Parts: sequence; C-alpha cells; structure tokens
Amino acid sequence: MAGEKVSLFIQCLVDSMFPETAEAMVAIFQRLDIPFDYPTQQTCCGQPAFNSGYRRDAAVAAKRFIEIFENEDIIVCPSGSCVHMVRHHYPELFSDDPEMLARAQAVGKKTFEFTQYLVDELHLADIGAEFNGSVTYHDSCHLTRGLNINSQPRTLLRHINGLEFIEMKNSDTCCGFGGTFAMGYPDISTAMVDDKIENILATGADVVTGCDISCLMNIQGRLKRRGEKVEVIHIAELLANTSGGQS
Amino acid sequence: MSQKTGSTYNQDAKKAIDSPTLQKNLHNLYERFGKGAMQVWEELEDQGMRDRVKESRMRTLAHLDIVLAELAENVRKRGGKVYFAQSGQDAIDYTIDVARKNKVRKVVKGKSMISMEIEIDQALAADGIEVIETDLGEYIIQLADDRPSHIIAPCIHMDRNDIGQLFTEKLGIEPTTDPEKLTMVARKELRQELLTADMGITGCNLACAETGQISIVSNEGNIRMVTTMPRVHVALMGMERVTATMDEHRETIQLLTMGAALQKLSTYVSFTGGPRGKDDPDGPEEFHLVIIDNGRSKILEDSDFRESLACIRCGACLNICPVYGKIGGHAYNSTYPGPIGAVITPLLDGINKHADLCKGETLCGACLDVCPVRNDLPRMLSALRYKLAYGDNHWNVRQHNVAESYVYAAWQRAISHSSAYRRMIKTVRLLQKPFIGKNRMIQRMTGLAAGWTDSRDLPPIAKRTFAEIWDEKYAKPQQQTQEIREEKTDD
Repeated sequence: MAGEKVSLFIQCLVDSMFPETAEAMVAIFQRLDIPFDYPTQQTCCGQPAFNSGYRRDAAVAAKRFIEIFENEDIIVCPSGSCVHMVRHHYPELFSDDPEMLARAQAVGKKTFEFTQYLVDELHLADIGAEFNGSVTYHDSCHLTRGLNINSQPRTLLRHINGLEFIEMKNSDTCCGFGGTFAMGYPDISTAMVDDKIENILATGADVVTGCDISCLMNIQGRLKRRGEKVEVIHIAELLANTSGGQS
Repeated sequence: MSQKTGSTYNQDAKKAIDSPTLQKNLHNLYERFGKGAMQVWEELEDQGMRDRVKESRMRTLAHLDIVLAELAENVRKRGGKVYFAQSGQDAIDYTIDVARKNKVRKVVKGKSMISMEIEIDQALAADGIEVIETDLGEYIIQLADDRPSHIIAPCIHMDRNDIGQLFTEKLGIEPTTDPEKLTMVARKELRQELLTADMGITGCNLACAETGQISIVSNEGNIRMVTTMPRVHVALMGMERVTATMDEHRETIQLLTMGAALQKLSTYVSFTGGPRGKDDPDGPEEFHLVIIDNGRSKILEDSDFRESLACIRCGACLNICPVYGKIGGHAYNSTYPGPIGAVITPLLDGINKHADLCKGETLCGACLDVCPVRNDLPRMLSALRYKLAYGDNHWNVRQHNVAESYVYAAWQRAISHSSAYRRMIKTVRLLQKPFIGKNRMIQRMTGLAAGWTDSRDLPPIAKRTFAEIWDEKYAKPQQQTQEIREEKTDD
C-alpha cells in the first residue's frame, strides 16, 4: 500500500473548526514521505443528514463524494464516523441502484480512518512522535463498534515517546454527542457527557484524545463549561508532535 | 422537537436525570448486567450460537403462519384451547369471556409484557375482576400504583427504602428496609392470593411448535404457581414468540436468560402444554393460549423492520444503552422502553406519536453488540427517522418537522457546490464574532443551538479553514493534479 498517494478526506467539522487536526495529518504524511493530495471540491460526506433521516439529501452528498474521490488511490480521514458513513451507509443509500452501489462499495473499500491506515495499511507503530504528559483515550462509537478500530489508536499512542497512556473506565461508552441529538435532547446528552467526564477525570490524565473530532468537541465543550483543566487533543495532533511540548 | 407531538420525552428524561436513586440503580444495572452480558458473549464457548439462533428466529418468522398452525395443532391435541387474536381488544374479549364462563372473581398474573401492551388489567378490573400481580417487582409496582421502568426489573427506579415505606403504608407492616424481610412479607401476601385465585394469566417467553408447549422463565417461582394453582390458565403470547423445533427452543431460551441475567439458565423454566390430564394430575382444568397479532403482521411484512420480531425480550439492550442508563424506562412512555422499545413502540403504536423515541438516541451501536440475536436496532431507528423526514404512506407517517426538512434541503444545496459552501463558512465566521467569549469559545446561542450552548461551549469557525490553509500553503506543488480533477468534477 505504501507509496500510493493519499487523498485527504477532511471532515467538515475539522475543515471549518479544527483545521489544526488536518494540518497535523499533513505534517505526518510529510514526515513519513507519503505523497498526499486534498481534493478541494469536497465539502461534507452527508452524515448529519443521514443520521437525521434525510436520506435523499444525504444521497446527493454521497454521490458527490463518490464522484470526487472514486479515482483516488487511497482516501484517509481523521474521523471514524465519516469513514463509517462512507463504508457502511453509502451502500445503504444506493441499495436500489446497482451501478451506484458498486461505485459506493469501491470507494468504501479504499477509505480508511487515519490510525487504521497508519497501523493496518502502513504497518506503523512508532512514527517518531513525542509528548510529555499523560493521555487517556475515548473510543468513539462508530469507530470502535462500527469499524472495529480500537487497538490501532492505542498502538500509536503507546509508541509516542514520553507519553503516559492511562485507560479510562468505560472508554467505549457513548459521549452523548449523536449529532443533532446533542441539541434536540440536551439534558440527556449533557448527562451522558458528564459521565464521560467523570471517567476522564478519574484517570488524572492531562489530555483526553480520540479519533473523532465531533465527540472531542462535545467533551471539550463540556469540560470548558465546567472549568476543568483537562486538554482535548485529536490523536493526529499528538502524533504530529515531535517536540514533546503540550501544544 | 417534542412540542410537535406533545411528547414528554425530554421532560421525563430530565426528571429521571434528577433522581439520585434512579441514577444509582441505572449505573449499577449498566455496570453489572449491561457490561456483564457483553462479557458473557465474549466468553461464550459456542461462538456460533448467537448467529444460529438469529438465523432460526428469522427462518421461523419467514414461515410464521405454518409454525403457528403447528403450535396450535399440538396444543389442541393435548386438550388446550388456542385463540388467534387480531388485536389487543380481541385478546381481551376472549379472556374476559373465558373468565365469565368460569365465574372468575380473582386473577393472579405472572409477569407479562404483552398483558401491559394490550392493557388487559384495566379491562378485567372494569369487569369487576380483582387482578393481582405475583412477580415481586410487578407486585411492588401495582401496590405503588406506578408503571414498570424496565422489562425484566420493573421497579429498578425504586430502592429498598421506597419499598419498605410502601409496604408499611399499604400492607401495614412494621417499618423495615431489610430486603429479606420485605420479600417474606410479599411472599406471604402473594401465597394467599395464589391459593384463592380462580384464574392465572401469564405471558409466554417462548413457545415451541414441535412440542406444542410454552415456556416461561423466572427466578422467583411464582409464575409456576400462577400456571398450576388456579382452575384456569390463560397464556398471552405475542405471535412472534415461537420456535419451530425443541433444539431451537433450547438455545433461544439459553440466550434469553444469559442476556437478561447472565444466567446459563434461570432458576425456573416452566414448560406448560395444556390442562391436567389422566396421567398428568397437575395443572389447571383449562388451558388457553391466546396468540396475539396487534400490529405484528405489519412489522413482519416490512423487510426493514421484520428483524425487530426476532427479539427475545431479554432486556440486555436496555442495560447497555447509555441513553436508557440516564433516563430510565418511564420517559419512553411505553410498555417497551430502551432501544428495543424505541423501535417497536413507534411501529406498534404510531411513528409520529413516538417520534422522540425514533430520534432520541445517539445510534451508538451498543444495543446491536449486546443483543443476543444481534438485532440491528440502530439501523431500524435510522429507517424510522427516514420515514419521519419525508413522510411515508405505508406506515401512515406525515413529515415530522417541516422546518427541519427545509434546513436539510438548504444544507444539501450548500454542500453541493464547494464555492458556495466556502462562502457560507466565511459568512458564519463573520456573523459569529459577537458570540465569541473570553475563552475563544461560543457560550450562548438561541433556538435549537441553545441546546448545545446551554451546557457546553462551542468552538468558533476557525480564522482560516483547512481548505483556505491548503490553498495558501500546500496547493502549489500539487496544482497540476488539482486542475485535472477540477475539470472533471467541477460543479
């Protein structure tokens, strides 16, 4: 697989609110000497619409995504839920259209979550990162249950020089984000993220990390509102860090 | 979201979140039974068992008419009576008819979800018949004039202090919070009721067509007395709760007790196949099996939702669900709470009416993993949302939220043109300025967005998006390939 050009599939939230995560990915690919590109026509994979039931609108986004990405070698994304959308829900959207279904499946096969790509495809574990601090990890739902990605990020974290990895209790319990759920059902969502935060705080870690910016945004938003000191950093940024300092 | 349907999901959820007793009990339920079930599946020696049972459940559903006909024939052979009830009301009418013919004045009940679904207790009471629940949890709920909040553990929202107080109030006992003492009090009361009842009503965990019998699992033993001590036994059965063969039956029951209570088998598994006979002196004089449709045929014929009928009602999905784990059962406002309830309640009782159950989860997938038969409940929730998004004639669904549909239509147009999309982000970046607080976060918004900012900060749109950074910093060396692509896909 190595040597093929990576096409960056940058989740809309990362693009607009957390560009540093995408830049971290770029830095890592540069460091690893992996050719990459960013198809600038990309916008959103359609997941918000799909999860809210608006499949016809989501299908428009899906078709567009397929057209933009289908001629790429490898598609890598810093978000488990977006990869899950492409791999698992695109085929559902086109289940009645054999031609589109085949194209969706073909794109799905070459779409990888970032840590999955590094560990499973490139067989990397130590990518020369350094971080002086303790870190705990949140397993996001679609990543761990949908894509079965849980050892890959841990492998990478454990190989970061200077990083002390601490598992939190119930790391794979949902943080309560759930897309528009967080706004439509705020009390439930907040109670869920508070549980998550209790488990994060119990580790005493300096940083909580994960592979999905949407969950991290939820956790960070609540941590800040509560005035907690724990930092929230996407795993790509930890992996891009070669100086060991905390951001 | 909830104003449209008059649903109280959010309000009831809030109440539950504010109850320390409930939160403690739900937390323990999650830790012990939710995670416990996951561990049971991990350690299961026979890793093919769950898929095998799922396959047999789906096969049985595909031939349900034939399997049920065989079940009925075999029950009748043994002297039992079988009645197919189209609706809940049909089942009630039949049961009341049996009660009247037998001059029944008191009914004892085994724990039964379908009896709640069709609301038979109220109908019996209206006919002047006394109804006593004999499952300890259900008995407590009945005494408290409350509603169950879990399909296996109905009074999970109460603790021993609540129950002690209730028993003192209703049964006049000396105040105590000792579980053993309280159980003995209930046992004494219930024994008296069982000895004087004329009819027993139970549900049916699972029937077996090959043998013509129903099975009921329990850990208390009261259900067995309900089926044998009164003169008449009426078993109410959801029409999907049947296996074709005894082999399938055995495995399915095992998965049920493992999923429900981490037990390889429950303390009691009662096989009931008919009235007492010449060589079988135990049991009731009459045995009636009421096989109830009440909306299940419609689910059965829809390939999107048929899978939900494979459910064996173990309740594991409730125990693992992080949403149920916060809001408990009452917020679902249904006989069936939790993830399975969120799927079948709308299907049985109206998708619009229960829109909040379709939308009020995070689709985290924990219920799929814990389900003994791997029912894909998140997929079905998503399918229900699809119906709410645009309306659906077959299920008689009207569009749930017209304003929301316009938002997604606008979103779709925006994301379809990258230039327009980028302009939109720039506009939001300008508009957000007054909202950005001292910590560089947005802390107060209005409307639906307040749902976020009432309890959480929101990061603003970045000074420069990645797309902008890319154009400035990285695009040049890759321009050639970029141009080719733009020619191909530009919109």
